[in-house]
Amino acid sequence: MVAIDFVGVTKSYGKRVVVDGMSFTVAPGECLGLLGPNGAGKSTITRLLLGIATPDAGKITVFGVPVPARARLARGRIGVVPQFDNLDHRFTVRENLLVFGRYFGMSKREVEAATPSLLEFARLEHKADARVAELSGGMKRRLTLARALINDPQLLVMDEPTTGLDPQARHLIWERLRSLLAQGKTILLTTHFMEEAERLCDRLCVLEQGRKIAEGRPHTLIDEQIGCQVVEVYGGNPHELRSLVNPYARRIELSGETLFCYAPDPEQVLMQLRGVAGLRLLQRPPNLEDVFLRLTGREMKD
Amino acid sequence: MTEGYMAAMPANAWNWVAVWRRNYLAWKKIALAAILGNLAEPMISLFALGFGLGIMIGRVEGTSYVAFLAAGMAAVSAMTSATYETIYSTFARMRGEHTWEAMLCTQLTLGDIVLGELAWAGTKSLLAGTAITLVAVTLGYAEWSSILYSLPIIALTGLAFASLAMIVTALAPNYDFLVFYQTLVLTPMLFLSGAVFPVSQMPGAFQRIASFLPLAHSVDLIRSVMLGRPAESLGLHTVTLCVYAVLPFFLSAALLRRRLMS
Repeated sequence: MVAIDFVGVTKSYGKRVVVDGMSFTVAPGECLGLLGPNGAGKSTITRLLLGIATPDAGKITVFGVPVPARARLARGRIGVVPQFDNLDHRFTVRENLLVFGRYFGMSKREVEAATPSLLEFARLEHKADARVAELSGGMKRRLTLARALINDPQLLVMDEPTTGLDPQARHLIWERLRSLLAQGKTILLTTHFMEEAERLCDRLCVLEQGRKIAEGRPHTLIDEQIGCQVVEVYGGNPHELRSLVNPYARRIELSGETLFCYAPDPEQVLMQLRGVAGLRLLQRPPNLEDVFLRLTGREMKD
Repeated sequence: MTEGYMAAMPANAWNWVAVWRRNYLAWKKIALAAILGNLAEPMISLFALGFGLGIMIGRVEGTSYVAFLAAGMAAVSAMTSATYETIYSTFARMRGEHTWEAMLCTQLTLGDIVLGELAWAGTKSLLAGTAITLVAVTLGYAEWSSILYSLPIIALTGLAFASLAMIVTALAPNYDFLVFYQTLVLTPMLFLSGAVFPVSQMPGAFQRIASFLPLAHSVDLIRSVMLGRPAESLGLHTVTLCVYAVLPFFLSAALLRRRLMS
């Protein structure tokens, strides 16, 4: 049985179509990344999955349970890490877990039995009795993750889990998520961080304006869509430079003030440009950022 | 479509308790200050209005004005505490603090959340109303036994006003809207419902309006209990308050579903 099944799901608000005929599946134990800029429909897909929003058309099931018809049953098997912190700031770390466990019908004893291992998982053992207001951003996010695990869910839904965190805190979250995947949990991750998607996701759906524009394993997507080295050029007049390197590049994209040259033989490109003064050149392997730029004609960071 | 409305209904008879307990836990942290406030407020208004005006007014409906007022104040405090809890605290939990957003990701339905919030607002009004009754009894304006009988009436009054206020919370775009409800609905109701002076002193048209107001029914019930009068139209008053508690619940749940779950 698949963990998540979306078939032709459409959702509009007024005249704005936010999710447009979306179909995808997530296998148990898999991490699927929904990748797209703000407004691509990622958060709406999360709401649809939880039965908080009702689709206009299409079919959604979670572990075979139809949503939204039996959303409450489905939610019992899902843990959610929302994009914005919605912890109870008046309460301590421990109390947050207790209150949230009760929302799943757990008794105080059941929550207290689960609390030590959750705190250990979130590296918050020493903060059990601290108020949420005293926690750092990374700690809050780890508490949100621990809270999402209180009902021992099979599926975790994460809406931009590391947005707004510093690199160190972000790496700790990624490490924790990988250990959840190793335990066999299924993860649906929405993100606009390419690095996050590349590190964690088995498979990616690239979204734009509520539509799926590409799907596949991160490296397959990169090979299929790009498949050669990239030379980034900063400075100079991009239009003049473009004609200079055009014969040696497979494809050239201009994004902002940066020129991206996709070249099977990057040395040729570099040779052409070395004579030009005031340029900064960077040769690197292709990444998901390039895939996104190719598919949508613009950079992800918007 | 009916499926959707079912999602806005309570999932079962006990789920709401988790929401009530969340609010209780938050309240417990400030309980002492809250209880002192509950006791201080009625004492101040009974002293100020009761003795100040009481000296000029003398007796009302065959009793001292302070005793007459104490019963009215018990109903009014149930009304205001349930209303404030719902239009300010609940509104904050729904909007700014994102508490409901977290709840909606769990096994609670929207109906469970609304019911839990109403039960909590009812509890707060019970605390406030009981505080007044206690003060009145201590000062000798009512019998000790009347506390027991007034408790369920105060709780029912609280539920009715929490339920009405939930409609306002469901519709309110911002805090200003909530102030309108307070000034344009609650304050007139306070004066039309016989809480501070008898309804019989008003022109006939106003008396007819009063007969539809939940506060008027609550005041009548609580006053007859606290002053030890034989209760007239006990059934009518109780049924009216129940209707005010139940119908707005369904309406507000439907409105909130449209607002939060579209």
